Amino acid sequence: MDFDFTKQQKLARKIARNFAEKELEPFAQERDEKAEFPVEAVKKIAELGFMGITIPKEYGGCGLDTVTYVLIVEELARYCASTAIIVAVHNSVAAYPVYLLGTEAQKKKYLFDLASGKKLGAFALTEANAGSDPASIRTTAELKGENHVLNGVKTFITSGGTSDIVIVMASTDRSKRGRGITAFIVEKGIKGFTVGKKENKIGIRASDTCELIFENCVVPSENILGKPGGGLFAALKALSYGRIGVAAQALGVARCAMEECIKYSRERKQFGKQISDFQAIQWMIADMATEIEAARLLTLKAAGIKDEDRPFSAEDSMAKLYASEVAMRAATKAVQIHGGYGCMKDYKVERCFRDAKVIEIYEGTSEIQRLIIARSLLK
Amino acid sequence: MKGLKIIVAVKQVPGTDEVRTDPKTNSLIRQGVPGILNPEDRNAVEAALCLKEKHGAAVTALTMGPPEAGDVLEEVFAMGVDKGILLTDMAFAGSDTLITAFILSRAIIKSGRFDLILCGRHAIDGETAQVGPQIAGFMDLPQVTYAEEIVLEKGFITVRRDLEDCQEWVKVKLPAVVTVTSRINRPRYPSLYNVQTACDGSLLTTWGAEDLKVPASMLGLDASPTVIKKIFEPDHKKRGEIIPGDEKEMAASLIEKLKGVNVI
Amino acid sequence: MITLIPENCNACRQCTYACLYGGIVLEGKTPVRTDSCTGCDACIDICKTGAIVSSGQNIRLGHDIAEYKGVWVIAEQRQGHILPVALELLGKARELADIRETGVTAVLLGDGVDKSGDLLIKHGADRVFIASAPFLGSYRTSPFVRIISGVIKEHRPEIVLFGATAMGRDLAPRLANSLRTGLTADCTQLEMSADDGVLLQTKPAFGGNIMAAITAANHRPQMATVRPGVMQPVCSPSRKGDTVFLDVREEHSDTIVSILKTVKKKQSRATLEKADIIISGGRGLGDSKGFKLLKDLAAVFSGQIGASRAAVDMGLIDHDHQVGQTGRTVRPCLYIACGISGAVQHLAGMQSSDIIVAINKDPKAPIFQVADFGLVGDLNRIIPEIIEQLK
Repeated sequence: MDFDFTKQQKLARKIARNFAEKELEPFAQERDEKAEFPVEAVKKIAELGFMGITIPKEYGGCGLDTVTYVLIVEELARYCASTAIIVAVHNSVAAYPVYLLGTEAQKKKYLFDLASGKKLGAFALTEANAGSDPASIRTTAELKGENHVLNGVKTFITSGGTSDIVIVMASTDRSKRGRGITAFIVEKGIKGFTVGKKENKIGIRASDTCELIFENCVVPSENILGKPGGGLFAALKALSYGRIGVAAQALGVARCAMEECIKYSRERKQFGKQISDFQAIQWMIADMATEIEAARLLTLKAAGIKDEDRPFSAEDSMAKLYASEVAMRAATKAVQIHGGYGCMKDYKVERCFRDAKVIEIYEGTSEIQRLIIARSLLK
Repeated sequence: MKGLKIIVAVKQVPGTDEVRTDPKTNSLIRQGVPGILNPEDRNAVEAALCLKEKHGAAVTALTMGPPEAGDVLEEVFAMGVDKGILLTDMAFAGSDTLITAFILSRAIIKSGRFDLILCGRHAIDGETAQVGPQIAGFMDLPQVTYAEEIVLEKGFITVRRDLEDCQEWVKVKLPAVVTVTSRINRPRYPSLYNVQTACDGSLLTTWGAEDLKVPASMLGLDASPTVIKKIFEPDHKKRGEIIPGDEKEMAASLIEKLKGVNVI
Repeated sequence: MITLIPENCNACRQCTYACLYGGIVLEGKTPVRTDSCTGCDACIDICKTGAIVSSGQNIRLGHDIAEYKGVWVIAEQRQGHILPVALELLGKARELADIRETGVTAVLLGDGVDKSGDLLIKHGADRVFIASAPFLGSYRTSPFVRIISGVIKEHRPEIVLFGATAMGRDLAPRLANSLRTGLTADCTQLEMSADDGVLLQTKPAFGGNIMAAITAANHRPQMATVRPGVMQPVCSPSRKGDTVFLDVREEHSDTIVSILKTVKKKQSRATLEKADIIISGGRGLGDSKGFKLLKDLAAVFSGQIGASRAAVDMGLIDHDHQVGQTGRTVRPCLYIACGISGAVQHLAGMQSSDIIVAINKDPKAPIFQVADFGLVGDLNRIIPEIIEQLK
């Protein structure tokens, strides 16, 4: 087994780290506090190719592999978890399905703009009554001539307000439940498509999470992504990739928590010595490091499987489940190590703590990941 | 007129100014300190790329160091540099600024025609600011140091120099050597789009002492006039007095103490 | 050792580039071996036309180190005024020369500087070389290198010192090339070994985190640029010495670089270095509100404003106010550091201040290691209190 990264992977990681450290970190706290979308940072990051990391060059992407994608998202999340998820969502569940399932015409029309970051992508599956159970969505798409007419409300859509292109899941045949779901490429600004309320979240606050409302929204049927009734298939492909991105994001948050603790425990003195001299603190940091390393290996393995185009036996879910829970544990310990300061907004671990909680929930809760993993073993 | 050709000399330096020395061996602790592109060399690369965008130019980056120093070339490729030359050879090790400049100038001559050589003002490790002028010295070229703006027109450049008490505009005929300060520009970030090409080896040339046709006796530590006798950490003054009390008391006793030592 | 066959030479100059020591030059189209040739034979491989062949003899031509005597200072002037650093260097040169029982020479190039020899002599020079001509009024690399290298080659000093100013750091490396000798940049300490005349030159590196002690034991002259403000000038009004005027004229090569114009900067940085009291702020100021507090404090002390790199990076103040390794080196009577943690690069620029006061909320901040008086607490509350009480 080769545990060394290639030159490309190392260079891409360096590029991401350098950018995130200089352009994301200085503003991350303020944007978190104001729940402000990083408009400028996303514009800059797009120019540097971060919006089409694994999309081949012929479609305007960078042509890098999924392992590189993981390294990049981890670095971004180390400095700003919100920007990391904007990038991850765009790459994995917006651009990627268009690349995977889109027709040449759709790729020409949408993929170039997505991969180059000219347009921001989002993915709309979740509804108020259909989160963990996607087959029960109520948004409908009714065929009328050469168009489909969409009706329904999507909730908790990452980048919902700021995105230009949304992959929307709607039921074209409710009697078929899951097999009646179709994916549509929907452009922002068309009639009948409005953005509802912006959620005020506990964490990942600089990414905008919105309600999307479709009221007799007419979408050309040529915008069906993949086959009619193949929406769930598209969603599962996209979400599998999405889980790898979220796992990478969790790694970044966990690392941030750990690195802050290493720094703080060397500075903070109690009883006349640095608190890093106390075994209680040392053990917490040792556990964080070990778990982060394990989570990273799991995430990289999932990325490697995707790169080799081998079927997952739930490694993607394992990565998301484990990495997000590692992030939560690391952030919890980090706040504990920081004591009173850890509860203050001036310290990064406070943000890590809130961000980690969100990561455990979105892109499939821990419970859903366990369900998927169990199914793969018990089916 | 043939296209403009620009050479940028860059250096990989330890990535932190929190370097420590090993008191036993009297040497730098480099372990765990990642190498980075010297900050003002990044400005030099940016200056070259700006000239390229404005006037059209081929930009070649040149670096000397251990094989790992090739990393900084990959990074400048990702910024948009066209070609790179890595000078690596055990025989180069320990070269001081004079010998380093000699080796770099040999490589520049070997690489063919050029119009402009750009360097960062100084590297953050040795902080000598000598290699740029010494390259100019070996090649008998005019030099302009402390550049904060470079304007190219018809075989000449006009450079604004940032000096202690003034700014100075000078005009120089090309070819010339220019060293730039961090005030000249804000370097672009390397792009992910270029990562594939940057790393596939297609832009990189590696030369050793033999390629430069220079005998080992003229290279490295033995040929260098200057030798580092020892390195050590500076000792700072002893800890002074912490003034106790609340804000009011602190302010009062500070003023009293300053009066006591006659500074106010 | 080489033998030259001039009829084979196509004047491609490659050999002159190859030679590290200036041991081969072209006179017209004829290659000529100079006294500087060390017999390393590097040029033989370079020559494509067979104009340079091996003579079969091996020689080793070393510098005769004993021939080099005296300590020299290259004095810098602006608009005819000698810079303080030249006088500081003379103070050090005098000390070094006395150890070696030799003389101090100052070299001054400029326009209308005929009368400046006296000042240099009073500060320690036994002899002053002056080149005074309109084309030397503003520093340009080429004529200065040509003239100074000529006079150094003729008189062979053991040590040559320059101010580590923009001029010194532009000029000295070119001279080191031309003299094929060693050069140490930005020294803060010079120590002489009395018996062999080896100069131990100490300079900061890595932003002042590390000090390096450097020698050039086998090369002469030993050259160093020395940081302004570090050495102490010594003035003896009764000292006598000789002034020698150099006969200089402009050459064509001098005009390759032409100065179009110069614009004086605002006085801020000059006054910072001369200031008796500096009130300096860092990251701990937080924002422009904290900065206003700093200004108010500076006003009651009649001090100048300084800043750490962090404050400059935050955009609170212009780079000209930055104190530290990458900014100014200051030495006021009183330095008050507000909200500055005291990174080594900052300390490097201010730690020789007479009295240092630190105000910082973090009792572990390294600034307290160099401070004479430390105030631990919130500067937003302490500073107004000081202002109030001083008023």
